[in-house]
Amino acid sequence: MQQLIGELMRTYDLAQSPLRELNETLHRQTDGSNEAQWEILNPRGGHAIAVGLDAPINVDVRGSVGYYCAGMNKKATVTVHGSAGPGVAENMMSGRVVIKGDASQYAGATGRGGLLVIEGNASSRCGISMKGIDIVVKGNIGHMSAFMAQSGHLVVLGDAGDALGDSIYEAKLFVRGKVKSLGADCIEKEMRPEHQEALTNLLKNAGIKDAKASEFRRYGSARKLYNFNIDNADAY
Amino acid sequence: MCGIVGLFLKNKKMEPQLGQLLSGMLSTMCERGPDSAGFAIYGSGTEGRSKITLQSATAAEDFAKLNAALAKDKKLDAQLTTKDTHAVLSVPSDKLDAVKAMLSADFPSIRIMATGENIEIYKEVGYPTEVAKRFDLAHMSGTHAIGHTRMATESAVTTLGAHPFSTGADECLVHNGSLSNHNSLRRELIRDGMKFNTENDTEVAASYLTWRMKQGMNLGEALEKSLDDLDGFFNFVVGTKEGFGVVRDPIACKPAVMAETDDYVAFGSEYRALAGLPGIDKAKVWEPEPSTVYFWQR
Repeated sequence: MQQLIGELMRTYDLAQSPLRELNETLHRQTDGSNEAQWEILNPRGGHAIAVGLDAPINVDVRGSVGYYCAGMNKKATVTVHGSAGPGVAENMMSGRVVIKGDASQYAGATGRGGLLVIEGNASSRCGISMKGIDIVVKGNIGHMSAFMAQSGHLVVLGDAGDALGDSIYEAKLFVRGKVKSLGADCIEKEMRPEHQEALTNLLKNAGIKDAKASEFRRYGSARKLYNFNIDNADAY
Repeated sequence: MCGIVGLFLKNKKMEPQLGQLLSGMLSTMCERGPDSAGFAIYGSGTEGRSKITLQSATAAEDFAKLNAALAKDKKLDAQLTTKDTHAVLSVPSDKLDAVKAMLSADFPSIRIMATGENIEIYKEVGYPTEVAKRFDLAHMSGTHAIGHTRMATESAVTTLGAHPFSTGADECLVHNGSLSNHNSLRRELIRDGMKFNTENDTEVAASYLTWRMKQGMNLGEALEKSLDDLDGFFNFVVGTKEGFGVVRDPIACKPAVMAETDDYVAFGSEYRALAGLPGIDKAKVWEPEPSTVYFWQR
């Protein structure tokens, strides 16, 4: 099963061997591992493929995956050559996850770090409760995205659905297309030089060449919902 | 949880494979609904005749008695084909009401699962692959079919609580989700003359659609209206004689994925259900939008 292509590359066929064995093998990889290239065949929408990785390895998944692919990822680069089901890269800590197709709901939810790139569309609740992750979506995102988003960046080259950034904390949202509606306490904000710079870097890291930071609008928190206001005391 | 699969064939040549393909799709959704399973299959009809799908908890005894009764009354021209706990009764369409009246008067333990020119509905408690095997789904043919695997949340695990539910002649509904206003809505529908067999929330949705269509709406309009009147989580897949439809509630937290090729349109709760379909690698695959009624018709 081993092929020499530059570095030692291992191919794992999920039609032949069980998922648990694959994940256990991937979990055994360490910082100094010489098996840095992995290819996974026949994912066929399977759940929890390549979750909990904690080593600087490259994993290419050839096909579409189901729930929770690359969840809790640390250090690893996971590329899905297909679409991803709900909860892709959920609670990612660091590293890079790339989805060549579309992602289903709550992509990158609660993510604490790293970069998630979705080359197609993401559906509802993208980046819900994100806590430091950077998410770049080339297509559109669905409703309730960045709900209660605390920190990190969500960049959308297409349009955003209803209630973007509802109850948002300090995450920064950049949208190039139309926003169907903003959620409670989410407002459009001034694009200052530091935001232009951060966005330019994010686009560059995501490998996007056909979009300029100046084409985007920035959205974030009006900070009226999460700061206690004495005038609202009667409401509690 | 629950799992839904649906397959609508555009290519006539694939019709003999319908049962086999649906059976494969259903088997991938067992984990989503291990309690019970069911399916509606739209097969070939016979001009001027209707089919009644029957079910009984004491099938052997009941269907033997029914067969004897039918044999005595040659004028009815009815034929009974049994399949495990179910049977399909073929009758001339103009005798349909007479046969239904006879069934309800003389065979109270036999339940009607579906009526129509093409539809047959089979559903039972049990692991989905076992249920499919009991009814020999893999060898059925037809134009389109909808399957369901159930993980009960709102009511008991019983045959009648399994899906699909009939919503009228040649029409059926399957549901993934849970309705929160089904009790109040059931009371309103009962006041308006609708009849219920279970405490199940999906039966309320099915009855609601039937009720709306009795008021003169078509299925598409009834589905649009359901978005206003039903509260809760739902992915509905509905079957009609000529086609099938999909609708998701505005929150859309229940998963859904669809695929279309020149040969078919397919629905699955997850991509796993679609992964075994021919030509899936080149299919258009997408997630249906919330609050949007989709419909395919031949």
